Amino acid sequence: MEIAYFPGCTLKTTAKSFETSALAIAESLGLDIKELPEWTCCGTVYSLAEDDLMKQLGPIRTLARAEGLGYSTLTTLCSMCYNTLVQAKQFVAGDSVRLQKINNFMEEESDYTGTVEIKHFLTLLMELGLDRLKEAVQRDLAGRKIACYYGCLLLRPESASIDDCEQPQILEQLMQALGAEPVFFPYQVECCGSYLTAVKPDIVARRAYRILENARENGAEAIITSCPLCSFNLKDRQKNIKAIYPGFKDIPVYYFTEIMSEALGITKTVENS
Amino acid sequence: MRIGVFICHCGKNIAGVIDIKRLTSSVSELEEVYYATDYVYLCSEPGQKAIQDQIKELGLTHIVVAACSPKMHAATFAQALEDAGVNAYLLEIANIREQCSWVHPHEPEEATDKAFELIKAGVAKVGQAVPLQPLSVPLNRKVMVVGGGIAGIQAALDIANGGFEVYLVERTPSLGGHMAQLSETFPTLDCSSCILTPRMVEAAKHPKIHLYTYSEVKEVQGVVGQYKVKIEQKPRYVDPVKCTGCGDCTEVCPVIVPNEFEQSLGGRKAIYVPFSQAVPLKYTIDLENCLNTRELVVCDQCYRACGPKAINYLMEPKEEEIEVGAIVVATGYDLMPVEDLKEYGGGLYPDVVSGLEFERLVTASGPTSGVVRRPSDGKIPKRIVFIQCAGSRDPEHGCAYCSKICCMYTAKHAFMFKHAVPDGEVFVFYIDVRAAGKGYEEFVQRVMEEERIAYLRGKVSKVFQRDDKLIVWGSDTLTGMAVEIEADMVVLAPAVVPSKGAKELAKLFKTPVNEYGFLDEVHPKLRPVESSAMGVYLAGAAQAPKDIPDSVSQASAAASKVLGLFSQEELALEPIKAEVNLDNCDGCALCVGVCPYGAISLVQDEPDGPRHIQVHKALCQGCGVCMATCPKEGVNVAGFTLAQLREQLRAMLK
Ligand SMILES: Cc1cc2nc3c(=O)[nH]c(=O)nc-3n(C[C@H](O)[C@H](O)[C@H](O)COP(=O)(O)OP(=O)(O)OC[C@H]3O[C@@H](n4cnc5c(N)ncnc54)[C@H](O)[C@@H]3O)c2cc1C
Ligand code: SF4
Ligand code: SF4
Repeated sequence: MEIAYFPGCTLKTTAKSFETSALAIAESLGLDIKELPEWTCCGTVYSLAEDDLMKQLGPIRTLARAEGLGYSTLTTLCSMCYNTLVQAKQFVAGDSVRLQKINNFMEEESDYTGTVEIKHFLTLLMELGLDRLKEAVQRDLAGRKIACYYGCLLLRPESASIDDCEQPQILEQLMQALGAEPVFFPYQVECCGSYLTAVKPDIVARRAYRILENARENGAEAIITSCPLCSFNLKDRQKNIKAIYPGFKDIPVYYFTEIMSEALGITKTVENS
Repeated sequence: MRIGVFICHCGKNIAGVIDIKRLTSSVSELEEVYYATDYVYLCSEPGQKAIQDQIKELGLTHIVVAACSPKMHAATFAQALEDAGVNAYLLEIANIREQCSWVHPHEPEEATDKAFELIKAGVAKVGQAVPLQPLSVPLNRKVMVVGGGIAGIQAALDIANGGFEVYLVERTPSLGGHMAQLSETFPTLDCSSCILTPRMVEAAKHPKIHLYTYSEVKEVQGVVGQYKVKIEQKPRYVDPVKCTGCGDCTEVCPVIVPNEFEQSLGGRKAIYVPFSQAVPLKYTIDLENCLNTRELVVCDQCYRACGPKAINYLMEPKEEEIEVGAIVVATGYDLMPVEDLKEYGGGLYPDVVSGLEFERLVTASGPTSGVVRRPSDGKIPKRIVFIQCAGSRDPEHGCAYCSKICCMYTAKHAFMFKHAVPDGEVFVFYIDVRAAGKGYEEFVQRVMEEERIAYLRGKVSKVFQRDDKLIVWGSDTLTGMAVEIEADMVVLAPAVVPSKGAKELAKLFKTPVNEYGFLDEVHPKLRPVESSAMGVYLAGAAQAPKDIPDSVSQASAAASKVLGLFSQEELALEPIKAEVNLDNCDGCALCVGVCPYGAISLVQDEPDGPRHIQVHKALCQGCGVCMATCPKEGVNVAGFTLAQLREQLRAMLK
């Protein structure tokens, strides 16, 4: 069954490696994923303000389009896109007045009815089954100690969560299936500082420092994430961290798909990154 | 027919708005009304007498009282009528207070018109009324109490001391419930076992109490006055008559498993008593952990050790049927599993424990002999963080309610810990301290001040382990600061939830539960111990989170309700019940399914004859759903027949 893929803006720009690695994985595992034509903005933080219907137009338009093309499932990689799409879907589910208003705005689209299911790429992988993933491993990641960092958007609010929102395990399970060794990492859901990175980079650097050091204390040699913003804060802000804590040593931060494609023997993506 | 109408002023409550004079005179002019008058307080002694006098003097046959809500005084006026020789069901109340003067205080004109309409409707309805007699059904004056915690024990003792027989059913091997697990009890700090065990023994020895431990209710049939209950006694594999409680078997049993009574902090053998003061003191083999199975005996250590030869590996479950007239449900509570409180590291770190686990750790008879030791390494903790409202007052966890007992037992725990470890430090996170019982606030104040406990107002966001410490992140909302505490142990006060299986049990008794699964009472204020199924009473924490004083009070209240019920030889029931109209009922059975009480069945008088419904009067609560459903006027609720309601409506619309 063909699944619609919604990339979102970051995947086409700063998180290019996230997309290439994920698409290569999908292909090698036989996941039939196809990019949605003419996709628009996911709504980003603006659609999370519940008081304004207008701001739901972005995500709902995407869902309407996927529905119009006959898709029953839509997948995303970016945590933010996942979150806004799921919340937009929930926002109109069972509220016909809201839905009608939004549909009236989108005359160019066929009406959205709420049938498309949104699944994060991680969920698709889990649905394939851990056994299937284990079988696909070409280069065992044995001995690789990895801290799985979730941030917030995959887990909050609880109704949008892809796993237990307090103690998620989905990334750990994935890493284990690939032969890697997920480490105990209590900061796995701590806030990365989010958009404060644009105005108060120092605050974000301090937060990121604590998260990274906690991973290191627990023996991690690398950190994985599924969110371009988390990745930026944890990876690119390491420069800022060094300015505040001169003794700080770099620690690699990857998208989970980058590590995964290495394990599945699709080496080129990791070399790219 | 001579209809008399009595209009009440209710002081200024009614007369302050409604023009009584105009009302009385227009009512008098109604064709159907024989006599109408008004009075300042009809419910008063002279008011009632005025009605009675007019009944006698004028030979009134039907009465309409225009006054307050029937919920308030219908019973009063009905009694006044009966005393004057008029059937209580020939009375109609027109509510011109709650439904008129109180809600229309600024429209006196219209209110007066409305009052007239209400009275007119009442007159029309009472004109169709017929005298009814209370129903009388047989009453079996024995009671079953389900749950052998303090609430069940108290209810059983009170009823038995009142002279009636009690079947006390407890599903674990011993009486006692959670109270048996407690160390000392707030706010007086008396030892829990010391006050509980004498009660347990008293209940077991009472000649009127039949004890069914290790037993469960399997089936309930019938209604108030005549329940038939099937009880299953699970096999102990030890003959309780022969077992002397010596414990020789336990010594030789090779199997050690976690002891539920110790919250798994200690062990027990496969043949065991939950705790040393268990009542009855009879051993039980837990076949799940015993080396033997039903098919295969591979170990006979206990059999050989047992002097009186009480052990029987082939014992079967026993089913018994008992007949009772009333039931008290006292199935108590459980705590939300700590595993459900992942944000606090519940289930993840051994040193994050629940209040009950802590209770066992500070109890002299507990697994550590009262020395507080943390589960992970047995060290004595120096710094403890208590987290109140763990899951309670938290809709995210499905428990929006306050668990009521945690503020108090946390203060108690803090107190006990400080006395055991004087140089220990205690931090308590709370939302607000609810200590609204006798002596409670004083107790909490004493703990806070004298014991120098740090109470932090705020919630904990996260608990995690760093080396051998637990790191607690929280906020202190009074200073607005984020706090991080490095603790040796964290004690949660998990939400109090209904005991396992309470919902299924409630279904057997046809008693409703609330959204959380606690048993529901009929009226939260005025009928707090009765369930809506007549003859089923509630006691203890099964109804809502409760401490011991409240559980015991409610148990005694439930017992007094049972004793009140049993003070009659036969059961008198209100005659407001559904009745089949055989001329109209064609047995379509539409009403059978809609009756929420299962009071309607379909019968056939002769093998091939027509079918019609039959109403079980004791089950019927007179709600009228059947009557509204039936398209053929095949069923009517006495006192509220379709004819009565039709006339009432017609009068209003005229
Ligand atoms: C940590 C902690 C500390 C506490 N400290 C205090 C204190 O200091 N002072 C105080 O006043 N209160 C205290 N309490 C509260 C106290 O435990 C309760 O008020 C009391 O136990 C309620 O009694 P109960 O009989 O209603 O329920 P329970 O004690 O729960 O007893 C219910 C009984 O019913 C049985 N049962 C359940 N379902 C069935 C079934 N289907 N069939 C047959 N039997 C069944 C159970 O096995 C149990 O024996 C504390 C509670 C906790 C958690
Ligand atoms: S038979 Fe079972 S209960 Fe008895 S000693 Fe052996 S293991 Fe223990
Ligand atoms: S009145 Fe209500 S309770 Fe009685 S039989 Fe009809 S539906 Fe059932």
